[in-house]
Amino acid sequence: MTDSVGFPDTGSIAAEIARARRRRRREFVRRLLGHPSFLIGSVILLLHVTIAVLAPVLAPHGPTEINYRAILSPPSAQNWFGTDAFGRDVASRMIYGTRVSLRIALIVVLATGILGTLLGTLASYVRWLDGLIMRTLDGLMAFPGVLLAIALAAALGPSEMNAIIALTVTFTPRTARIVRASVLVVQGMQYVESAQAIGAGHGRIVFRYILANALSPLIVQLTFVFAVSIIAEAILSFVGVGPPPPAPSLGNIIAEGRSYVQEAWWIAVFPGLAIAIAVLGLNLMGDGLRDVIDPRQRPMGKGH
Amino acid sequence: MVTLATFLIMWLVPGDISAEIGGIDATPEDLAAIRERLGLDRPLWERAMLWYGNLFRGDLGYSYLLNRSVADAVLERLPVTLSLAALSLTMATLLGMLLGVIAAVRHNTWADQGAMVTALIGLSIPDFWFGIVLIILFGVHLGWFPTGGFVPLNEDFFGWARSMALPAFTLAITQMGVIARMTRSSMLDVLNQDYIRTARAKGMRRHTVIFRHALGNSMVPIVTVVGVITGVLLSGAVVIEIVFSLPGAGRLIVGAIQRRDFPIIQGGLLITACIFVVVNIIVDILYGLFDPRVRDDR
Repeated sequence: MTDSVGFPDTGSIAAEIARARRRRRREFVRRLLGHPSFLIGSVILLLHVTIAVLAPVLAPHGPTEINYRAILSPPSAQNWFGTDAFGRDVASRMIYGTRVSLRIALIVVLATGILGTLLGTLASYVRWLDGLIMRTLDGLMAFPGVLLAIALAAALGPSEMNAIIALTVTFTPRTARIVRASVLVVQGMQYVESAQAIGAGHGRIVFRYILANALSPLIVQLTFVFAVSIIAEAILSFVGVGPPPPAPSLGNIIAEGRSYVQEAWWIAVFPGLAIAIAVLGLNLMGDGLRDVIDPRQRPMGKGH
Repeated sequence: MVTLATFLIMWLVPGDISAEIGGIDATPEDLAAIRERLGLDRPLWERAMLWYGNLFRGDLGYSYLLNRSVADAVLERLPVTLSLAALSLTMATLLGMLLGVIAAVRHNTWADQGAMVTALIGLSIPDFWFGIVLIILFGVHLGWFPTGGFVPLNEDFFGWARSMALPAFTLAITQMGVIARMTRSSMLDVLNQDYIRTARAKGMRRHTVIFRHALGNSMVPIVTVVGVITGVLLSGAVVIEIVFSLPGAGRLIVGAIQRRDFPIIQGGLLITACIFVVVNIIVDILYGLFDPRVRDDR
């Protein structure tokens, strides 16, 4: 077998590629975890997720447990964050509320990611659909985002599912636009042309060649959608078109607390603090991801 | 497109406006009469055609509930929203650019870190909640500012300033971060350019270089961000108006959404969308002012 000296057989090439890919992936994870803002951000998010998952274990009281002997009592050893107008424990309501708020935001992120990828890729890959899809999305973007979400949620009626739908419709256009821009760039790359030349089908080209190389801006965008969704859910609840009480969400606790700012500041203040911390964590993660994924594109992150 | 979408949304709306107008005592005949008066008995497409027809004559229709025309109702409340947005935009831009310039000039020092952490915290705070916190702090406990309500500018300037200070500051804080970060990265790019070194080398004062040369050449991305933020501020104003009980257009529209006052929603959203478009045009014009290259291309 003299051939194998000059031309290694395809098996060992494939193994070499697989090794290189694994090395790159390890390197990526190492750099991500070495990035301070990503690390701090993920710890914060992990904390919130843990609280959400373990809500029944962690909460000292039931979220709708009424106690008329402790109405509007200030923070104390029994009620860390005080009680509300029904004597319900604000801390317990926040713990359960985190669950609802994170669940809504997570589903919105997934739905926005899928829809955005689908529409963005269709718009850039199937040329004749481009105008139709993008003009429709531009139309949606002409509304102020909050108003669109409020109008949709109000039209559909206040419920968790409808809040999810309203937020997804509101956030998908911008996400689709980002995917489209990124797919357009990758589409023009030579390796896509060569894939077409060797006769790869549309499905293979789109998934293996284009999307695999075009999705990093989407991932960064989605961490920010996650952050904005948490705030937007709170706004919907605040206006009264989010998930309805008595089941708590971080937003509707604040909404209830707003009526008691004179006598019980703790009802509105603590859940908002929880939202701010969660959003801060997600923003930190997003910044870190952007730095590591694409060091050139740092319009808002670290300098040079 | 915008109006079409609102029609579709409203078509989804369950609930019957006639019941709300007629009150609890209304008989079915009363309700039918109300529906006929408002044209609600006609099919959706007919209502849509009628609305578009009126729109071309500059008529936005008549509110179901407020007993006045949509144009009057919205235009009366628009100044509150616009002045709130303008005030907070000014605050956000000044604060944001200040933070950004400090961060860029003192790059990689504690000042840089501090400015960026401030910006990030500003970005992460839910604005309506921050408004409530400010009300509790400065309205309820310290009593420096009113907890809500509005004093028209032409009646009492100081009253107006006091009633607008907290809402504008609330909106500004959350948007300041975006401007600060953009200013910083844009400034850093420019500060590394050769002409900055040349300017310093030929003995120009540090402040002149920073503000004239560096900041001047960093303006294009900053203007873009300010344009985007103007849109965000206009929609953020909606929620802030509710928090501080300001009689603005946003609160009018949200109230209309809750009470299904369809003409107000339709007309209000149309006017807001138009303002969005105008803002974008202004931003495009500003590009030309700040970037001679764009001007020359035309």
